[in-house]
Amino acid sequence: MKTTRQTPWPLLALTGLVTLFLLAPMLLSIMAGLVENYSVGIRSGLTLRWLQEVWDNYGNTVGASLLLALLCVLGNLLIGVPCAYALARSPSRWARLLEELLTLPVAIPGLASALALILLYGTLQGFRQSLAFILVGHMVFTLPFMVRTVASAFQKDELRALEEAARSLGAGFAQRFIGVLVPAVLPAIVAGSLMVFTLSVGEFNLTWMLHTPLTRTLPVGLADSYASMRIEVGSAYTLVFLMVILPVLWGLQAIGSLIEKHHGT
Amino acid sequence: MRHGGFAPSRTMLLACAAPAVAFFTAFWLLPAALLMALPARQGWATYAAVLTHGRYLQSLLQTLGLSAVVTLSTLVLGALVGITLARQRFRGQQLLLSLLTLPLSFPGVIVGFFIILLGGRQGVVADLMESLGAGRTTFAYGLAGLFIAYLYFSLPRAIATYTGAARAMDPQLEEAARSLGASRWQVARDVWIPELGPTTLACGAIVFATAMGAFGTAFTLSTKFEVLPITIYNEFTNYANFALAASLSVTLGLITWLVLWMARRASGRAAW
Repeated sequence: MKTTRQTPWPLLALTGLVTLFLLAPMLLSIMAGLVENYSVGIRSGLTLRWLQEVWDNYGNTVGASLLLALLCVLGNLLIGVPCAYALARSPSRWARLLEELLTLPVAIPGLASALALILLYGTLQGFRQSLAFILVGHMVFTLPFMVRTVASAFQKDELRALEEAARSLGAGFAQRFIGVLVPAVLPAIVAGSLMVFTLSVGEFNLTWMLHTPLTRTLPVGLADSYASMRIEVGSAYTLVFLMVILPVLWGLQAIGSLIEKHHGT
Repeated sequence: MRHGGFAPSRTMLLACAAPAVAFFTAFWLLPAALLMALPARQGWATYAAVLTHGRYLQSLLQTLGLSAVVTLSTLVLGALVGITLARQRFRGQQLLLSLLTLPLSFPGVIVGFFIILLGGRQGVVADLMESLGAGRTTFAYGLAGLFIAYLYFSLPRAIATYTGAARAMDPQLEEAARSLGASRWQVARDVWIPELGPTTLACGAIVFATAMGAFGTAFTLSTKFEVLPITIYNEFTNYANFALAASLSVTLGLITWLVLWMARRASGRAAW
């Protein structure tokens, strides 16, 4: 589309500078994780030995984070999707209150939620020292994202008509829910799941308080490596984080444009 | 009854919401209630500790000030860049936008590390300054480093928000204003600012709330400029002062929630 309006050059320059500011650290960090010696730079040669060192020292944190994120998605699918349906269909004030309450863990800092969990459950040793302790923290934090994404898909008018048609044909509630409603909102469910997954993998503010030496996640390991390892190892570890998160983000973007194409105006 | 008269029974809806309600009550509502009640055990004055103790008050004021300045800078820069990007058409634009929003999914510790790569002892800025003969300057571990780090994780949200909002705007409004002879400044004042007002409010609130609660970034930079999340963390871990940590957390949570709530009331939309 060609128009007569032109962007003044200072705006273009500013945009370039901000772009550089946001992208340069990523590139720097990727480079630093792959070179032999960071202070010498690219000239010192490329190597995978820092990645190897990350794998030896922190490999288990990658597995822990992936497992945690998967369980978090699964748990929030089980409790979040039915809840989203209830919120989308209920006209009552209680439903609005619940919606409001569910978003509180996002509105207040993760540190506070984590402290609260520790104060109430910190003395239950078996629970405190297991991955389940971090899991419940991640689940309360990500639940509103799942619920909100899916609830807005359930609200579509044509879905009500579809549901009524299924009922008039004699389908029971469970049959309608699993056979008609869930497939109809599947893109939203997938989008919600990917969102929950990325949030869980990247969560630090809650996790740092909730973790124990035996339940370290990827961001917890990152913090540890930044504090105690050389800059190349920290960078290589950051690269590992990027490799975990990027495919999920691309998936999220793809599903986003799919939804837009189907329901967009 | 709305929408064709079909509604599932109340019992069914209750049954659908019950698991989430039970989970949320057990792992957030009850713990949060305990957190709010805890300071009372050491006397009601504990709730006001943030105002009566010089050190805590200073930490709170520093956090508020830093977050406010970061929010304003982010909104100005984000609006200019976001709108500029929305008005350009170039190849790879979508890719660039998704790269620019990548930091939204980074934990705060990574942002802290990025600032160390830029302004730390081995940072690029130190290298650059040295080659210019100005000595190895570092800025990562002080207020400047924190400010730049907060800017780093806030800007992507603002850029994405403004790009989206600017694309959704009706171009005819601007064309109409132009054809009536409005200057560029008048267009900005009369068309852009009113159109983008609610977006700005919502985005500003979430940027502010995120900055207030940011823990990982300050933790990585282990900066001398103390912010409230670090104060809370120290009280809890280093001094085992649970009642005080709880009191400060309640204060912090109340501020972020209130800001988000007011912005939503005023702008009529959720912040995220």
